[in-house]
This record gives sequence, structure tokens and C-alpha cells, in this order.
Amino acid sequence: MRGPARVVAIPGFGLTMGITLAWLGLIVVIPLAALVIKPWELGVGGVIASLSEPRVWAALRLSFGTALLAALINLPLGLLLAWVIVRLRFPGRALLDGAVDLPFALPTAVAGIALTAIFAPNGWLGAPITALTGWQVAFTPAGIVLALMFVGLPFIVRTVEPVLRDMGRDAEEAAATLGATRPQTLWRVVLPALAPALLTGFALSFARSVGEYGSVIFIAGNLPMVSEIAPLLIVIRLEQFDYAGAAAVGLAMLTLSFGVLFLLNLVQRWLRRGRR
Amino acid sequence: MSIEVEGVVRRFGATAALEGVSLSIASGEFVALLGPSGSGKTTLLRILAGLEGTDAGRVLIEGADMTGVPARERRIGVVFQHYALFRHMTVFENVAFGLRVRRDRPAEAEIARRVRELLALVQIPELERRYPEQISGGQRQRVALARALAIEPRLLLLDEPFGALDALVRKDVRRWVRGLHDRLGISTILVTHDQEEAMEMADRVAVMEKGRIVQCDTAETLLRAPATPFVAGFLGEAARLTCRVRDGRAHFDLPLPPVEVRLPDGPALAFLRPAGLVLHAGVGPGQGGGVVRSIRDATEARSRAVVEVGGTLLDAVLAPGARLERGAPCRVEVQSALVFGADGARAEAEAVLLAT
Repeated sequence: MRGPARVVAIPGFGLTMGITLAWLGLIVVIPLAALVIKPWELGVGGVIASLSEPRVWAALRLSFGTALLAALINLPLGLLLAWVIVRLRFPGRALLDGAVDLPFALPTAVAGIALTAIFAPNGWLGAPITALTGWQVAFTPAGIVLALMFVGLPFIVRTVEPVLRDMGRDAEEAAATLGATRPQTLWRVVLPALAPALLTGFALSFARSVGEYGSVIFIAGNLPMVSEIAPLLIVIRLEQFDYAGAAAVGLAMLTLSFGVLFLLNLVQRWLRRGRR
Repeated sequence: MSIEVEGVVRRFGATAALEGVSLSIASGEFVALLGPSGSGKTTLLRILAGLEGTDAGRVLIEGADMTGVPARERRIGVVFQHYALFRHMTVFENVAFGLRVRRDRPAEAEIARRVRELLALVQIPELERRYPEQISGGQRQRVALARALAIEPRLLLLDEPFGALDALVRKDVRRWVRGLHDRLGISTILVTHDQEEAMEMADRVAVMEKGRIVQCDTAETLLRAPATPFVAGFLGEAARLTCRVRDGRAHFDLPLPPVEVRLPDGPALAFLRPAGLVLHAGVGPGQGGGVVRSIRDATEARSRAVVEVGGTLLDAVLAPGARLERGAPCRVEVQSALVFGADGARAEAEAVLLAT
């Protein structure tokens, strides 16, 4: 016996939900579950031993540290770019707008090789930088940050841009009539309104950077303990047929990433308080 | 504070939004800028607020030239069309904003006292912790008003502030805002395209057309003696009919009885208000035969009706005691009309009854 049919505004709940869950399971949950299960072939002690190698620690610290730094640097940069694209009218704006997406489209290895060529000690920019400051960009953690900035920038621009466009100038004009100076308006009105989008862009940029492989391995130099990223360590272990060990590093990255993203989500909730 | 607008011109590219607008507003006066969209009323308001520059002319507040004075230094409160509340701030913080950004920022306790006072004034003290998206349109409008009042404005600008409210709320809020104005005595300018709103609220209504103020008068004068055909057609519910004047009589192109009018011969434009068009039972002799298409307000002293004359529908009233039904033939009497001659916009009002 069936009760009276429930009236739902959007039909097809069962169908769409079913497909969504099946798809999510197939391409996300099952592979990740496999990753979670695999390391324990080594036994608990084996996993701990595999992860407590100083080389693993150094790699994880480097991966997360550079990803965080790159995302932090990208934050004001991405905001500025979005601002320029949305607010200013100048010849070549469409070109600039399109160029922002290039890191999405370009194979990251190509980006890595290009950046390496330019920032290598004998490269166009690398040589003068070394000559002037004594710093070396390529083959150091600085190079990694650079590559990750390249990869992560469009995420911030593209998440902030629509919100900025949507915001219009009403609120800013209201602030002006209420006596706020331009800096006060930016700080008290514009930035808080953009904060949720900025945080989302930051999270995306960070998440992408943590897992980035292609562009980084060319510019990093890959010195163990100095400029060797965690994804590379996974590949190295795979090449040594240490599948469980590779999975252990993968699991560590997964856990850390989850933790960071969870934290960012909490902040996001707080930022969005009061908004539907 | 008294406000003086002197020959303000504003162009956007080739199109002129304002073509030499002058207007003076006495201290404590409530003036409405009324006009169709694109008539320049919002541009004028933005110029007053300092959000828009002028190409010529100037704005004086209390005799001080405002040219080049940025919006933030003008102390002019603005209630924006869509309120433009700060979405990430509570109602309290929205109202407090103007106090917090001041150079001589008051102490926290003083800010709280002022904000609560304003929220009480706009009758929403219980909402101070809510966010703009958690309150209704009418409440948002009160927040916007309180926020604008927080800076103790010398002039209050309201940009179509009632557009987003539903009809019932709107009527209440209109009276309430006018009452608030009477209590606070702040000079106020209301921008609207709703003539009923303008006439009900304002001391004087400035009617705008294509970047000009065509007439600025009390509602009564605007209705009784409109300066141009545009004003006559825009205010009230007048039907606009073409006619031709011959020997002191205006003959309508529609089969209506002619009216007497002191205008030179030639084509003319007549405006007929419903009250000036009276329907009698029975078909009269000659011109003036119509068919009743609908009747409403049968309870009022004079019922309103729509009559079809020569294929055109006109608003009219029933003669006292006349019993007419939908579809019934009737005799149409033109008791009064406003007629504008072809020579410019010269108004020659008061056409008188002609015995049939």
C-alpha cells in the first residue's frame, strides 16, 4: 500500500540522486577506499616505519608548505587580476581574461619545462636574479612555489570574478555616502563580501598545488630532503615496486589534505553566517 | 538645509541625461522627482549625492558649492533602490557603519546607544542581530533608512525606495516615511516613477521629461494647471485625444460632442479626465453615442465606467442616478477637458460644457 504521493517541486530526485551516488562511488570513493586499505599490507608497525622516514617527513612538509605559500601569494594576486578583469575597461582585456585560463589548459609538464628554462641559473630571468640577489630559483623550494603559483592562480581568479561581477557598485556607493574613504570601503565592505569566494579560491588553489606533479618535478631539482615533493616520493616508491609504501605516503597526503580542507570549510561556514 | 540646483548638465557620450536642470528646495521640504524611466531623475539624485559628476552647472547646499566635494564629505543620506545593505554585516553593524568610519569615531557605547535609538525610530529594535538576508523587504528598507539617518544627513535622498515592496505594505510605509520626515524635518528628495506615491508624499513634485524639469509644483497645481501636454498626460488618468479647433470650438476626431475653448484655429490636443466624461442613459441626438464596456466601484457615489466611443476605450463616470449596464448604449457628455494648442505647449485649459 502506498501513501499519498509526496509533492516535490523538483522531480526525479531518486534518479538524479542514484546516478550521482553511483558515479561518485565509481570514480571517487572506491579508488580512495583502495588507497586507504592498501598500506595496511605492511601491518601497523610497517606503515609507521614507512612514514617515519625523515625523507617522507621532509617531502610532506615541502609539499604542504609550498602549496600553502603559493596559495597565500596567489590570494592577493588573484584578487587583483579579477578586479582588473571585472572593473577596468582597456584594450586587450579579453586577451588577458583568456590568458588567465592558460594554466588550466597547458600540460603542466610544459609549464614546468618553460619555467625551468627561464628561471634556471643561466636562464633569461634566473641569471639576472642570481646576479642581483644571489638567490637561485630553479632547483630549490622557491622554484616549486613558483610552479605552484602558476598552476593555482586561475582557481582564485575564476572563483572571485563572478562574485565581484555580481556585487556591483551599490554597496561601495552606499559606503561612500556614509562617509567611508576608499580604503575603508575596501577593507570593511568589499573584502568581507569577497571573503567566502577568496577562501574557496584559496582552498582550490591549495588542493591543486598539493597534488601537483608535472610542473614541479622539472623545476624542483628533486634533491631528497631539500626539494623532493611527496607525489614524487610516491612515484619513486612505485618504481621500486613498494606499492604499499607508496600507498602509505598517499594515505598520509589524503589525511592531511582532508584535515586542511575541513578546517577551511569551518572557516567558510563562519564567513557565510547569516547568508543563504 | 536648503538645496539649490543650478543649470546642471550631464551627458553620457552623445546622449544627454540632464539638459540644464534647475531646482531649489527649501529647508525641511519634501520634493519628489517624478518621471518615466530615462527622464534623468536618478542621474540628478546621483549628482546630488556626489556619486556622479556634472558637465555644467552646480549644486549648492546651504549656499556652499558642492562641485568637487566627494560623496563621503557631503553628509547626504541615500536610501538606494535595492537598499544596498552590507550583506556580511548584521542590521546593527549596517546602521553603525556611518559612525564607525567617521574620523572622530564615537566610543563603542555611544555608537551602540545611537544605533539602538535609530532602530527604535524605524521600529525594528528586535532585528539588530539579524543579517539582511534574514529579514523581509520592508524591514530591509527600514534598515537602509536608519543607516542613512545615522550620519545625521543634511539632505535625505530616496531612490525608488518602495519599488520592491508589495502594494499593501507600500501604502503603509509611504505614510510612515512621510510622518518620519515631518518629525525629523530633514530636507528630502524622493525619486519615483509612481505618480500616486509622488503626490501623496511630497510637498512639491518636479516632473521630469527627457533630462529637464518641465514643471515643479504642488500636486494640486500639477493636476489643475499642467504646463505641458506631457505633464497633463503623465499625471492623473487623462485620456489623450486629438482634436481640431474651429471658431472657438474643439471638435474631437472621435465622435464626441465638441467643447468650447479659447484657442486659435488649428489642430490641438485634448486631455480628458474620467471625472470630465459623464455617461447618461439613453442614446442622445447627434454625436456622443457610446457603448458601456465595464462598470466598477458601483458602491461609490459616482460609479466609474469604461465606455467605447468610435472604437476607442475611455475612462468615464456615470451621471448621478444613471442606470447603465455593461453593453448598454449611452450618451457621452464632455463636461471638461484640457486642450493644448498646436503652437508650442501653450496651455489653454477649461473647456466648458456645450449644450447638446
